[in-house]
Amino acid sequence: MAKTAQIDVKDNDLLGALRDLFRAVLAQDAIQAILVPRRLPMKNGVMPTLITDPEQLDGADPLAPAFPINGAKVVSRLTRKASGGKVAAVMRPCEIRAFIELVKLNQGRTEDLVIIGVDCLGAYRNTDYTRWVGDDMDEATRKFVTGVLGGGGGAADGVDLAPACQVCEQPVPRGADIAVGLFGMDTDKRVLLEALTPAGEALSEGLRYKKADPPLPRRKEIDRLVAERTAARDTMFAETHEATDSLEKLTGYLANCVNCYNCRVACPVCYCRECVFVTDVFDHEPVQYLRWADQKGLIKMPTDTVFYHITRLAHMSTACVGCGQCSNACPNDIPVMELFRSIAHRTQLGFEYEAGRSLEEKPPLSEFREEEYPEVVGI
Amino acid sequence: MNDFEPAIVAFFCNWCTYTAADLAGTSRLAYPPNVKIIRVMCSGMVDPKYVIKAFLGGADGVLVSGCNPGDCHYINGNYKARRRIKLLKEILPQFGFEPRRLRLTWIAASDGVLLAETVQELVVQLKELGPSEAKLKMVI
Repeated sequence: MAKTAQIDVKDNDLLGALRDLFRAVLAQDAIQAILVPRRLPMKNGVMPTLITDPEQLDGADPLAPAFPINGAKVVSRLTRKASGGKVAAVMRPCEIRAFIELVKLNQGRTEDLVIIGVDCLGAYRNTDYTRWVGDDMDEATRKFVTGVLGGGGGAADGVDLAPACQVCEQPVPRGADIAVGLFGMDTDKRVLLEALTPAGEALSEGLRYKKADPPLPRRKEIDRLVAERTAARDTMFAETHEATDSLEKLTGYLANCVNCYNCRVACPVCYCRECVFVTDVFDHEPVQYLRWADQKGLIKMPTDTVFYHITRLAHMSTACVGCGQCSNACPNDIPVMELFRSIAHRTQLGFEYEAGRSLEEKPPLSEFREEEYPEVVGI
Repeated sequence: MNDFEPAIVAFFCNWCTYTAADLAGTSRLAYPPNVKIIRVMCSGMVDPKYVIKAFLGGADGVLVSGCNPGDCHYINGNYKARRRIKLLKEILPQFGFEPRRLRLTWIAASDGVLLAETVQELVVQLKELGPSEAKLKMVI
């Protein structure tokens, strides 16, 4: 049973209460810095920032519907070696799941890290957020939060949640050390603080919030949201399958791809320093292109587009957490997330694995047993 | 349709299946010439992208074959191969590839007869399936 406490919200200022929480965390002797999404002073954007000065937490905004990158990548950078200090990182649930995958792939460590999860209200596409937010960012975030928690969904001013967030059935942070609960809470008055691990318990002890049980409506509200999102997800799976269930359809689906590989750069679990698709393996000889063209009378240039996407699926679909950054990064609006999540769902089911579920389960391609999968062997 | 001759790309491990193919040859066992054999040191080195490339390049079937469980020259390469084939069999059929086009078998060095039979059987099955979609359609 997780230890729970309540954080009082003063003057209906939810963001203020969260900033106080972050300040209290940063004030702990054990914590050297806090990584948190913060507004940038020079532009109306929100980015992960590593903060050591408590005054800088005034601009922290973990609830803004901005999700410019999956923070697992930067947490991996911060933790791949011991830094001599402990960092607290405020992360969305999908960022935590991606980070768990990276840890298992030896790309990060949990030793000097405390993860603060926050119930995720979702985010807009990158381009939508900057257009939508305007200059009063406090007001923009407040409007968004009220809309989502009031049951009105994430849409505001004709902008809707990013497709990945609309089908996200895991909006509650599971792998965090401490988690801030918003769903089913009267967030004008209080939010929930749950310690989910011993490290989280140690931290929340020091924060001295009043112990309190989660209110009854919280479980119900989470169940409702998860059921709604799961249904939307399954509809998305069915539509995507229908749109890609032959090679001809798949090539049509990917026809606008220009091989920029942004989806791979944005993907939190595509961790290779050098992707094989940018190595000399794919520096084909000019004469090779002519030979290929000769086989069918034409080839699309650049080549290897479907090859790239299917190979990337083979590399990372067992680790895909469905954060949607691939779609966010696509310059040509290809629904990459829909394709990758759909395929990943199948591969993860096939290996009885779920990306980001636990640090203990080994990634499927990193282990094997002597007797398994007899159905794939034989003629 | 009857004159359709399937193209099979075969990845044979050096120690077992390739040796079996050698044995089949020296024993003058006849098997169909549809199979293009690529000798690899171990079935465990068959990267999924080799298989994907073969299919997208127009192969009607891909056969990966290595040592029997417990016999791998490198102790466990064939178990890794099995996981990779399992992975591909989860991914590729979702894009309409018939799972039967991708096969994994264990054929020991002494099993020239089994090798010839395996290739014969695969050719029969692929003739039933007909040409792969990648062969007929433009792939980007």
